[in-house]
Amino acid sequence: MEILNLLGTIVKMGAVLAVMLGLIHMLGRKAVWRKALGIALAFGVVQLAITLHFGDFQLFGDFDQGLLFQAVTMAMVALGLNLIYGFNGQFSLAQWGFYGIGAYCAADITFRWTNGDPRGLLVVGLGTILAGLAILGVRRAVGRIRGIPVLSAFTLYLLATVAAAAAAVVLGGLLAPSLAPLLGTASAPGLLNGALPRQAVFFLSVVFAGVFAAEVSFLFGLPVLTLGSDYFGIATLGFAMVVKTLMVNSDTILPFPEMKGGRGMIGIPHFTTWAWAFFFLLASIVIMRNLVHSSTGRAVLSVREDETAARVMGINVADSKLLAFVVGSFMAGLGGGVYAHYIGFLSPGTFDFIAGFNPLIIVVFGGLGSMTGTVVASFGWIFFLEGFLRVLLGQLGTDAPTWRFVLYPITLLLLMLLKPEGLFGTKELGFLKAPRIVRRAAAEAAAPAGRKEE
Amino acid sequence: MDGNAEVRPILDIVELTKFFGGLCAVKGFSMALPAGALWGLIGPNGAGKTTVFNLITGVIPPSSGSIHLPEERIDGLEAHEITRLGIARTFQNIRLFSNLSVLDNVRIAYHAHADYGLSDSLLRTRRFLDKERELTEQALDFLAIFKLDAIAEETARNLPYGEQRRVEIARALACNPKVLLLDEPAAGMNPREIIQLMDLIHFIRDRFRLSIILIEHQMRVVMGICERITVMDFGEVIARGTPREIQNDARVVEAYLGKGMAGRVAG
Repeated sequence: MEILNLLGTIVKMGAVLAVMLGLIHMLGRKAVWRKALGIALAFGVVQLAITLHFGDFQLFGDFDQGLLFQAVTMAMVALGLNLIYGFNGQFSLAQWGFYGIGAYCAADITFRWTNGDPRGLLVVGLGTILAGLAILGVRRAVGRIRGIPVLSAFTLYLLATVAAAAAAVVLGGLLAPSLAPLLGTASAPGLLNGALPRQAVFFLSVVFAGVFAAEVSFLFGLPVLTLGSDYFGIATLGFAMVVKTLMVNSDTILPFPEMKGGRGMIGIPHFTTWAWAFFFLLASIVIMRNLVHSSTGRAVLSVREDETAARVMGINVADSKLLAFVVGSFMAGLGGGVYAHYIGFLSPGTFDFIAGFNPLIIVVFGGLGSMTGTVVASFGWIFFLEGFLRVLLGQLGTDAPTWRFVLYPITLLLLMLLKPEGLFGTKELGFLKAPRIVRRAAAEAAAPAGRKEE
Repeated sequence: MDGNAEVRPILDIVELTKFFGGLCAVKGFSMALPAGALWGLIGPNGAGKTTVFNLITGVIPPSSGSIHLPEERIDGLEAHEITRLGIARTFQNIRLFSNLSVLDNVRIAYHAHADYGLSDSLLRTRRFLDKERELTEQALDFLAIFKLDAIAEETARNLPYGEQRRVEIARALACNPKVLLLDEPAAGMNPREIIQLMDLIHFIRDRFRLSIILIEHQMRVVMGICERITVMDFGEVIARGTPREIQNDARVVEAYLGKGMAGRVAG
C-alpha cells in the first residue's frame, strides 16, 4: 500500500508537470481556440482530479491539493523573483517579505469583511488607489526636474504616499458607517452579500494585496536600487527581516489586533479554489511573458547584461530596475493573497527570511532568465520535496522526513555541479518563447547574405 | 573640413577637468568638433583618453568644465539622456549584451523610439504589435547595412571578435547619434580586419553624416583616416593638428618615445 502511495505521488507529480508544460505549449499555438482549449484542459484535468471521488478514494486528496496550491503560489513568487534576479540581475532577498505583505494584506481585507467590517476593503482599496495616484503624480512632477537627487525624490514619494494612506484611513473611517449597510458584509445584507460578491471581494483583496506590495516595493526600491548589486542584496535581507518583525508585532507596534502578532492570524476564509489559483497563476505567467518580450523587457535584460553599456545605449537603468522590482513584487503580493486564502492561517514564522531562500533556490534551479524553468521548478520542487521525499522518508520512521532538508541541499549541489545554468538555462518553451521574427523577404535574402559574410 | 570649423561646432568641449581624488585624470580638455569631422584622440596608456569619453557620455560626471551640443549643454546629464541627445559610443573592451541576440542588441538601442506604453505591451495591443514589427524590421534593415542581418539571431557572445566589434559599432549607430565615439575599435584586430574597419569608419561617416572621435593606438589607423588629431599625455592636451603636424611635433614624439629620441626623430 505504501509503495502504491509512493508510486501514486510520482505519477501525480509527473501529471501536474505535464499539465503545466502542456498549458505552456498550447498557449504558444497561434489559433485562439487552441489557446482556449489548452487553458480549459489544464484547468479541467486538475479540477477533475480534485473533485472526482471513487468511494473514499480521491485522486487529489487534501495532501496533494496542499502541494498543488503551494506550488502555484510558489510559482508566482518565483516568477516575480526571476524577473528581478534572473532577468534584471538584481539579487533580492526581499521577495519573501513582499509575499508576506501580500498574504497579510489580503487576509486582513477578507477577515474583516467576513467578520462584518467593510473597513479593511475600503481603507486598503482606497489606500492603494490613492497611493498609486500619488506616486504617479509625484513621478510626473519629479520627471520635470532635471537631476533631482534620489533621496529628495524618495522623500517626495514618501510624503505623498503617507498623505494618501492617511487620507484613505480617514475617508474609509468616514465612509464605512454609511456604506456598510449599503455594501453589506458576509454577515449583513447588502450589495456584497452573496456567493458572487464574495468572490469579487476575494478577487479585489488579492489584487489590492498585489498592488500594495508593489507600492511598498516602489518606495523601498527607489533609494535602495541605486546601491550596487551586493549592497542591494544586503538591504533586501534587511527588508525581509523588518517585515517579519512587523508581523510578529502586528498587534502591538502596528494597530492590527486581528493579525494577532506572533501567535498567528487564524480564521482567514478559505476562498482560494483551484479556479482562482489557476487564474492568478495564468495571469502572472501572461504578465511576465508579455513584459519580457517587449522593448521594456529588453531594456530590463540589458541592465543585467551590462549596466554601463545599457546606460550608454539610452536605457534609463534606474527606471528599468525599479520596474522589474515593482512588477516582481506585485506577483509576490498576488501569490501571498492566494496562499493566505488557501491555508487559512498565517504565522510570521512562514515568512522568515530563511524560508525566503526557497523561491531563490527555485529560480536558480529552473534557470536564471527562464520562465518555463521557474514554473517547472516550482511545481517540481514542491512536489519532490514536500510530496515525494516526505512520503518516501515517511516509510523509514516518523522523524525521517526531516532528512529531506539534508537531501534537498544535496540535490541542489549536484545540479549546480552538473548543470550550473539550471534546468532550463535561459531556454523557453511554447508560449514563453520570444515571438518568431518574421522578415519581409526572409527566405531569399538570408541565404545569399550568409554566403557574402565571411 | 577646415572651412567647417568656423561654423558652429557640433560638439563643443570647454576646459573639461576630472579629478579622481587627488589625481587629475583630465585637465582642461577642450575640443570643438566640427560637423562631419573624423577626429583622432591619441596618447600613451593612462593619458586620460577613455576618461574623456566617459565624461562626454556621462558615464562619470566631470569635476569642472562644460560640454555643449548645438542646442543644449549636456554635462551633468544622465548617460541615457546624453545618448538620446545624440552621442553614442563603443567601448575599448567590447561591451555587448553578450547573452542576447545581435538583433536584440540593436533593438535595445531602439528602446527610446519604442513609443508604446507598458500597458500596450502587457495587453499586446494592435499598437504594440505594429510598433514591435516596425522596430524589428528597422533593426534588421539596419543590420543589413553592416551585412550582419544573416547572423541577427546569433547570440552575441558566440561571434568572432571582429564581428563583435562591428555589432558594437552598429549598435552604437542604432542610437541615431550625431557624434560617435569609438574607443580603440582596432584593438586586437589583424591587418586585414583593420583595413576593413577603416573602410567601415569612412562608410558610416558618409552614410550617417556623423562626426566621429576615434581613440586608437594603431598609428596606421589614426594617421590614415583622421583629419585632425588631439594628443594627450598625463591628462593634458599636448598637441593638436593634422596627422602630418602631429608626426613632426617634438612633444608628441617625446611623450611616445622618451626625451632622448625627440631630437632625432623630429630632426
